[in-house]
Amino acid sequence: MKKLTVYLKDYRKESVLAPLFKMLEALFDLFVPLVVAAIIDRGIAGGERSYILQMCGLLVLLAAIGLTCSITAQFFAAKASVGFAAKLRQALFDHIGTFSFGTLDTLGTNTLITRMTSDINQVQNGLNLALRLLLRSPFIVFGAMIMAFTIDFTCALVFVVAIPLLCVVVFGIMLVSIPMFRKVQAGLDKVLGITRENLTGVRVIRAFNKEESEIGEFDQRNETLTSLQKFVGRFSALMNPVTYVIINVATIVLIQQGALKVQMGSLTQGEVVALYNYMAQILVELVKLANLIISITKALACASRVEKVLEVEPGMVYPESGTVQGRTAVKAANGAEQGMSAPEPENSVRQTGNGAGVTFRDVTFTYEGAGAPSLSEISFTAKSGQTIGIIGGTGSGKTSLVNLIPRFYDVQEGTVMVDGRDVRSYAKGELLGLIGVVPQRAALFEGTIRDNMRWGKEDATDEEIWQALSVAQAKEVVEGKNGQLDFHLEQGGRNLSGGQKQRLTIARALVKKPRILILDDSASALDFATDAALRKAIREMEGSATVFIVSQRTSSIRYADRILVLDDGKLAGQGTHEELLETCEVYQEIYYSQYPDKR
Amino acid sequence: MAQKKSNNANSSSNKTLSKVLHYIGQYKFLLVLSVILAAVTVILTLYVPILFGDAIDDIVAKGQVDFDLIAFYMKRIAVLVILTAVLQWLMNTVNNRITYHIVRDIRAKAFRRIQILPLSYLDGHSTGDIVSRVIADVDQFTDGLLMGFTQLFTGVVTIVATLVFMLSKSVPITVLVVLLTPISFLVARFIATRTFHMFRMQSETRGKQTALTEEMIGNQKVVKAFGYEERAKERFAAINRDLETYSLKAVFYSSLTNPATRCVNSLIYAAVALVGAFFVIGGTLTVGGLSVLLSYANQYTKPFNDISSVITELQNALACASRVFELIEQEPQTPDAPEVLPSVQGDVELKNVFFSYDKNKRLIEDFSIHAKPGMRIAIVGPTGCGKTTLINLLMRFYDADSGSIHVDGTNIYDVTRHSLRANYGMVLQETWLKNATVRENITIGKPDATEEELITAAKEAHSYEFIRRLPDGFDTVLTDDSVSQGQKQLLCITRVMLCLPPMLILDEATSSIDTRTELQIQEAFQKMMKGRTSFIVAHRLSTIRTADVIIVMNEGHIIEQGNHETLLNKGGFYAKLYNSQFAR
Repeated sequence: MKKLTVYLKDYRKESVLAPLFKMLEALFDLFVPLVVAAIIDRGIAGGERSYILQMCGLLVLLAAIGLTCSITAQFFAAKASVGFAAKLRQALFDHIGTFSFGTLDTLGTNTLITRMTSDINQVQNGLNLALRLLLRSPFIVFGAMIMAFTIDFTCALVFVVAIPLLCVVVFGIMLVSIPMFRKVQAGLDKVLGITRENLTGVRVIRAFNKEESEIGEFDQRNETLTSLQKFVGRFSALMNPVTYVIINVATIVLIQQGALKVQMGSLTQGEVVALYNYMAQILVELVKLANLIISITKALACASRVEKVLEVEPGMVYPESGTVQGRTAVKAANGAEQGMSAPEPENSVRQTGNGAGVTFRDVTFTYEGAGAPSLSEISFTAKSGQTIGIIGGTGSGKTSLVNLIPRFYDVQEGTVMVDGRDVRSYAKGELLGLIGVVPQRAALFEGTIRDNMRWGKEDATDEEIWQALSVAQAKEVVEGKNGQLDFHLEQGGRNLSGGQKQRLTIARALVKKPRILILDDSASALDFATDAALRKAIREMEGSATVFIVSQRTSSIRYADRILVLDDGKLAGQGTHEELLETCEVYQEIYYSQYPDKR
Repeated sequence: MAQKKSNNANSSSNKTLSKVLHYIGQYKFLLVLSVILAAVTVILTLYVPILFGDAIDDIVAKGQVDFDLIAFYMKRIAVLVILTAVLQWLMNTVNNRITYHIVRDIRAKAFRRIQILPLSYLDGHSTGDIVSRVIADVDQFTDGLLMGFTQLFTGVVTIVATLVFMLSKSVPITVLVVLLTPISFLVARFIATRTFHMFRMQSETRGKQTALTEEMIGNQKVVKAFGYEERAKERFAAINRDLETYSLKAVFYSSLTNPATRCVNSLIYAAVALVGAFFVIGGTLTVGGLSVLLSYANQYTKPFNDISSVITELQNALACASRVFELIEQEPQTPDAPEVLPSVQGDVELKNVFFSYDKNKRLIEDFSIHAKPGMRIAIVGPTGCGKTTLINLLMRFYDADSGSIHVDGTNIYDVTRHSLRANYGMVLQETWLKNATVRENITIGKPDATEEELITAAKEAHSYEFIRRLPDGFDTVLTDDSVSQGQKQLLCITRVMLCLPPMLILDEATSSIDTRTELQIQEAFQKMMKGRTSFIVAHRLSTIRTADVIIVMNEGHIIEQGNHETLLNKGGFYAKLYNSQFAR
């Protein structure tokens, strides 16, 4: 829990004061019987009505002090728990922000979202309860025990046996039920999964008339969850009855002990009553403690899940600031430059113009947990300002290849260089600042079009945005919307068509004026005319970025300066359209499948 | 104004409460059992101290201890205690059962409602929001309900039982206590009605935060690609701060109930002490009677503390419940006509169809086509021209505003949606696969398919090769990233290939498949489309070149219609579109 307690640090004062005031309140509660005793012994016995009035006034005063203490405690507890949860939520969110693509792949976003929401809420509730009540009950339990010792040593020994026994039961049940609650949570995750699935896949489900069978599956998962919950419930419901039995057995022993002592004359009846009352008090507090522990157990289970996410290493290491060690790597990896027009001296990769050069040297890349590499021994060079087309079959590694340029993943062998430097030598954020990525799946975000366009450049002016939109062929799209740049996109850009989304995601990448632009099959939903106009506009864009176009269509990449043909993770050929048409079999096959009449 | 507001909150929370009661009502038997168990348990727990008291009365002083009587009481107590413990456990189990079953019922109902909600509702609400209603809100609601059950019953029974014991001691003091306790209730109620609003604010802000979390964490890769982490943090932090403020208010003010009612109770205690003491002096009460009354007054008021904290918890639960009910009570799509559309030939006719998502923005206007059985209708046009909308109308995901759609001469609004959709096979641009095995995903349209049929379909859709290479073949469980986008699409095609309905809808079905693979499945597509009316929305001209009719759409209207040659010769919009693929 160490990882979590640091977020409580700022609420140290509150976390101490809340239980403190709660104990103070308990202490004032303990005065009440004394006052009543005084009323009986002195007020009633002496018939002093004014004294009775006075003492009742004292009772009212005690009530008022109790209220003040209690409210103070509640305030501090609320402040600490809510503040802690807010800090923790932020920290978790920030931490997830540092995860590499590989880490995100393994953890899964669904799990992360649950951790962020319901788990942290449970932790907040648990902490709030713990601060208020966790110390109060033991305080009274041990207070009662100490009081018992002041009355009679042997009788107090009953307390000494009973209390640890109670602790064993309480903590035993707690230890066993924690993993059970974890199972319940997993069951809940399954119910959550199918609910989400049915919302995202509603069209397909309805098209296949699967509503009924989905309901069937949901019911099954729901039923599993319910029976799990009931099972855990049955077990944790043991706590109260078992503690009740223990405490009463202890009381029976206490009474019998007391009876013996009274018979011998070493104890009075009143003292037996007092001992009995203390035992009864322990029971009341233990019932509270047991309920409290169930809630806290749940909260702890959630907390440990949150902690596990916090313990995950970001998965990628960045140097403090950009270094030039990349160059040595270039020398080391020199040699394997098949299919290149001329071997480049490494310095000349950095060229005039705005675009950044990109070089792959013997790159082999395997996804974590995958059996076979997705890319093997890829080498090529893209000079500044060139347009590189990447074509190949489904699953041939096109996306994997472009994902290596912004260092979304780290390669196992070989080097990826941008501007003559190993991508691993760039400081965090430095490399991404150069690159504009348009991913395959067009993801836009809730907010205005302007908000979305400013993703890459926070302070982009409207003029810059319109410029990017017009290059991306999205100008008409935006002009057709109410409020234009102020048009409000729904979550995921749902209120746009697929093609509109794609063009906006392209514009979003252009706003930052990248030196490398990666279009990962991001024009698939565009018609040929728009696609062609887009490519033309990008080429004519000022600053001439180095452009990578991943596509299925030969038309999209045919005029690229260099085309990389991928086949099953290997480079089947590279060169211009004309060269490849002569030499590369895979390329020919692709081309003629699209232009059968050109054969 | 403030008064009115709180009344509103009050009545809406009352409405929610009555709905919750409706769900509880289904478990009448268990409920009665729970009440009986609670009653017996509480009476026994109240009775045991009396036995202890009697035993203590037998321990008077040195030499005056009746050991036989004590032993008798102790045996009796031992039996009763064990009985109480068993009953208490049973009661908790029954309560758990009631609560979890109600939650199960509500989730099941919510899920069923999702299945029949109009798509306009689902498209208009974020997935995160709906999911959080079905999961997190129902969960919070469970916690409140569970606590309510276990404590409310025992509380009520304790009150009643203690009242009976008190009446036997002193009627006037009992009356005094009964008259004063409503103050405690009033205070609890006063706080509860005022915190309901804060809980709602908290719930709403939490919903917003969940939506943002879903968006940012769900798309973390894009966030990273744009270095948006910092700004995401800031946006999250802003909502997080709001949530902190609202939560602090909700948590703090609602936690006032407990101390406030306890304070009222202490005052009642003082009043009993005062009046009781005067009665003793007046000779109408004994000292023993007073001490019994005082301890009972304490016992009597304690459940009120519990009840009021239960009420706060229930307030919270009700706020969540009201969000759940909002979903459950959402107007479903228009009910189905009873008629069933039989297996059709595939004659589809749209006449003068008007449709728009947003009443202020016209989209499809006066749209008509007639597709004869077996025809291939290709729909082309710039993005956003209304092609996907057409599919929404054909499949009845949305209903047209006016005009009619007939299939084999039957108006599709006169038959069940199921029977209509069963006649269509659909492959959408956005591939969707269940988090289940490949087999389950493929047989979704034909669950009773044989292994051979499955393999044949997979071979025809050219997915067989890669399926075989998956770790467990057809039994591989698909997760988000286990197959590529193109492979997903192949699986979606296999899915349709297996059931082959008389009409097909292919929305950019091949956009993520490389052209080599596409060429291979093209042949299968041809086979699949033979004799089937097909609507193909695609940008890939190779897919649509063979269509019988090409409909060129722009801004919701048909601007050209004809086959490839006639349209090319016409030299219009289509010709421009087609030639642009050769443009440099």
